[in-house]
Amino acid sequence: MNKSDDSAATPPRRDIKTLVNAGLKRRHAAERRFRWYGLTAISLGLTFVVLMFANIIGKGYPAFWQTYIELPITFDAAVIDPTGTRDPETLANADYAALIRASLRGLFPQVEGRRDLRALYGLISSNAPHRLRGEILADPALIGTTQPVQVLASAEVDTLVKGNIDRTLDESLRSISDQEIAWIDRLTADGRLTKRFNTILFSNGDSREPEQAGIRGALMGSFYTLLITFLLSFPIGVATAVYLEEFAPKNRWTDLIEVNINNLAAVPSIVFGLLGLAVFINFFGLPRSAPLVGGLVLSLMTLPVIIIAGRAALTSVPPSIREAALGMGASKLQMVSHHVLPLAMPGMLTGSIIGMARALGESAPLLMIGMVAFIVDVPRGFTDPATVLPVQIYLWADLPERAFVERTSAAIMVLLGFMILMNGLAIVLRKRFERRW
Amino acid sequence: MSTTMIETKTALDGAVNPDVREAPLSSAQITDYDHRQTVGRITADNPKMACREVNVYYSEKHALRQVSLDIGANEVIAFIGPSGCGKSTFLRCLNRMNDTIVSCRITGHIQLDQDNIYDKSIDVVQLRARVGMVFQKPNPFPKSIYENVAYGPRIHGMINGKAELDELVYASLERAGLTKEVEKRMDEPGTSLSGGQQQRLCIARAIAVNPEVILMDEPCSALDPIATAKIEELIDELRENYTIVIVTHSMQQAARVSQRTAYFHLGDLIEVGETDQIFTNPRHKLTEDYITGRFG
Repeated sequence: MNKSDDSAATPPRRDIKTLVNAGLKRRHAAERRFRWYGLTAISLGLTFVVLMFANIIGKGYPAFWQTYIELPITFDAAVIDPTGTRDPETLANADYAALIRASLRGLFPQVEGRRDLRALYGLISSNAPHRLRGEILADPALIGTTQPVQVLASAEVDTLVKGNIDRTLDESLRSISDQEIAWIDRLTADGRLTKRFNTILFSNGDSREPEQAGIRGALMGSFYTLLITFLLSFPIGVATAVYLEEFAPKNRWTDLIEVNINNLAAVPSIVFGLLGLAVFINFFGLPRSAPLVGGLVLSLMTLPVIIIAGRAALTSVPPSIREAALGMGASKLQMVSHHVLPLAMPGMLTGSIIGMARALGESAPLLMIGMVAFIVDVPRGFTDPATVLPVQIYLWADLPERAFVERTSAAIMVLLGFMILMNGLAIVLRKRFERRW
Repeated sequence: MSTTMIETKTALDGAVNPDVREAPLSSAQITDYDHRQTVGRITADNPKMACREVNVYYSEKHALRQVSLDIGANEVIAFIGPSGCGKSTFLRCLNRMNDTIVSCRITGHIQLDQDNIYDKSIDVVQLRARVGMVFQKPNPFPKSIYENVAYGPRIHGMINGKAELDELVYASLERAGLTKEVEKRMDEPGTSLSGGQQQRLCIARAIAVNPEVILMDEPCSALDPIATAKIEELIDELRENYTIVIVTHSMQQAARVSQRTAYFHLGDLIEVGETDQIFTNPRHKLTEDYITGRFG
């Protein structure tokens, strides 16, 4: 190259300066604009998150409080134990509802007629007699005395007390009559209504009566299902990842398997439900609605996620560690189990927990295997009929009672709480065991 | 330990012909760039390892051609040559680290004492316990300093009880000249040490299993001159008990630590000889060009 060529190719220096300066404003503007887009998108997203949480918490919060009515109950020996033997069997089978009815009649002596009386008795939840029976069985000495007892109010009372029934509406449009409102106001004026923390929500299974419905059945169902899922998918997933990454020859077959695993992670979850129905229930004859089958189905769904996360974690372990171990004369399995796996474990755990969190929130495949049934009993094992939290939410969201609306939101809050907990755990694990080399 | 000096010479005579490349080359051949037959004496008086006509292929690429070389007991032999010349590839054949590369294929004959190391009866685990390796980049395990050194003896079941292990760990660290620096911090991770200390820890880890041969793949290329000097000093001390093969990019280092030097060029072993002779009076034109700085 000669000198004249050079000067022709490069424009004079001053020109570059002005050229750059001319474009500078535009470049900076483009950058500012892009930042502004990002900020807008993030604040829009945050707004919706806040709105969603405010809505759920606002609706669900009242469900954690429940109205109780204090009734002076006379534990009449003639009703509870006419023979006077204090035989536990007699005590257990006594007509405690009669005691409540008597107490209510005592408070409202002016109410007469079958229909009105039935409405009056309807203020109290149908589970109240069980409560009385429990007290008597615990302490038979109460028989013959009169005690103030906090009994659970019916869902209508609770809804009215929480201000969710519009009193100005015409009587025919409300689920509660003027007369009942008058009684409730009386009880409120007498200071007999109290709001207490709703332990029933956490101790009961599902129920047709909103005030007696709880999420314990769904929680236990979710627990058993996830336990099965974890016990199956974690060891199998980790072993598969280790085999594919460290031991399997790289050929057309392993490529095919890899592609298939990646595709499985994207299969709609309801397809796994159909597979579970066909294979586990129809072919192997496992019980329907059982956490065992739910766990198996969710394992199928979670496995690809765990395998992919596991392989990513294994590839991130530097090859120098493998060389060091092999160079020391470690066998391949020793290299993996002593060095590579411990280093990859945090990543694998993180992936697994995120997979489990996804399984916890899954409902579609479980609908297919019958975990959508109305089940009152809290499951006690892997083969008991059960439902899970998201399905419980789905079931309650379908019901018209106002009291179920707030319970739906409360169940969503519990579910979200567990999700945040699990994702938090994943973050903590990642931060804690993150290694640098 | 030097107690394993077995009469390899007689064993070798049956297996391979040590004089295969002994025929003197003409001076015209030696100055010819295209001539790639090894110049110099490839045999050693007291060989620890003997390699004959070793070829390495990566898929289709012929990475190492017909290399024949003896590695003498208790000597330090340096492999030098420009990047990609096959010196690391050859080093990794000696403890079968190339086995981990799927596309890699090796032909020829490599013998450690009387054992053909590529024989089916030889397990790589046993081989690598006898032929230790130190890598280019210090790669201590992300475990405590103690565990790093104790790992080898432990997996090979070399020790009984904690006291014996302690003794072995301290002895190995002492030999690597690391005791003073790490005595008080045995429970700290090996990765918390400086680069030079990490590399000496890797050497301590390698000698803890008492190998017969130690392979070093550019052990000082990631270290500063002071750490390098310490490692070189250490290599000199270790020569008493071990046979050492070192790959290096630094000709000064090869000149300082080795007794014999082998020059590799584009997959061929060009010249082997006493280090002094190679650096002062190279016989092959390619060796001379490399030594005088005309390439690499």
